[in-house]
Amino acid sequence: MTTKIITLLTFTTLTGAALAAPQSFDFKDPKGVNNAVFKLDAPLEAINGSANGISGTVTFDPANPAATKGKIVVTAASLHVPNPMMKEHLHGEQWLDVAKHQEITFEAKSLSNVKTTGDTATADVSGTLTIKGVAKQVTAPVKFTYLKDKLAARTNGQMQGDLLVIRANFGVKRSDFGINPKAPEDKVADSIELTLSIAGASPR
Amino acid sequence: MTKTLRILALLLALAAAGTWVATGGNRGWTKTSVPVKTVDEITGIEAVSYEQRFLPGLEFLGAALLGASLLAGASFLFHNKQNTN
Repeated sequence: MTTKIITLLTFTTLTGAALAAPQSFDFKDPKGVNNAVFKLDAPLEAINGSANGISGTVTFDPANPAATKGKIVVTAASLHVPNPMMKEHLHGEQWLDVAKHQEITFEAKSLSNVKTTGDTATADVSGTLTIKGVAKQVTAPVKFTYLKDKLAARTNGQMQGDLLVIRANFGVKRSDFGINPKAPEDKVADSIELTLSIAGASPR
Repeated sequence: MTKTLRILALLLALAAAGTWVATGGNRGWTKTSVPVKTVDEITGIEAVSYEQRFLPGLEFLGAALLGASLLAGASFLFHNKQNTN
């Protein structure tokens, strides 16, 4: 009897620990839904586009969102604008130089102002944003939505697990990252508005 | 010849303006792809994909109208030459 109780207690403790443990979410999305939208709104010209070459891993604990860590990678060559000449310039040496700097990365270091409501948490995420080889510390407001057991619905039942949706909207300065520094600001805005909408999977 | 050049100029201007208006009168640069937004049912994420489509911009319209003007201008030169002979 004592052995059974000990076994049951051990099982319960281990299961509880496993459930409370941080989960690793993979943001490589085979459905191609994950995207980062960028906007530069200058007085004379607006440049709008998006990128979908997104990957990376985030460790998230639904019981403790403040402990979130991770890195999101955007393949620079996946940045797209509808005008072909503009796209060529965007990928070129003056702008992002995608041949030399193939990745745009954001590595989360710490979270502050964490507020949790049900399956949703909001926080200010501080970390290192690297564009064109230039690393800068940035803080961005981020919304995390934890979708427990929703991976099956997204994979037609082929995989079991959870999803984590991350949404962020923040701005960076083009001049801070050496992106086409000589461009006149009335034609190419210095301020770049970024919107990130991504979902990661944690299979079981 | 004068008449032919003027008719060509008019046709070019009308065709360019007609194409520009018919494709939605894009007041930006010419686009060869247009964003298509769909919402992922599970995550609620608005996905952006691009559909290959030619959408002439203002520089397309401007270039065509400039070409038409040159044709029309050339017709006058041709006309003058005929008169001097």
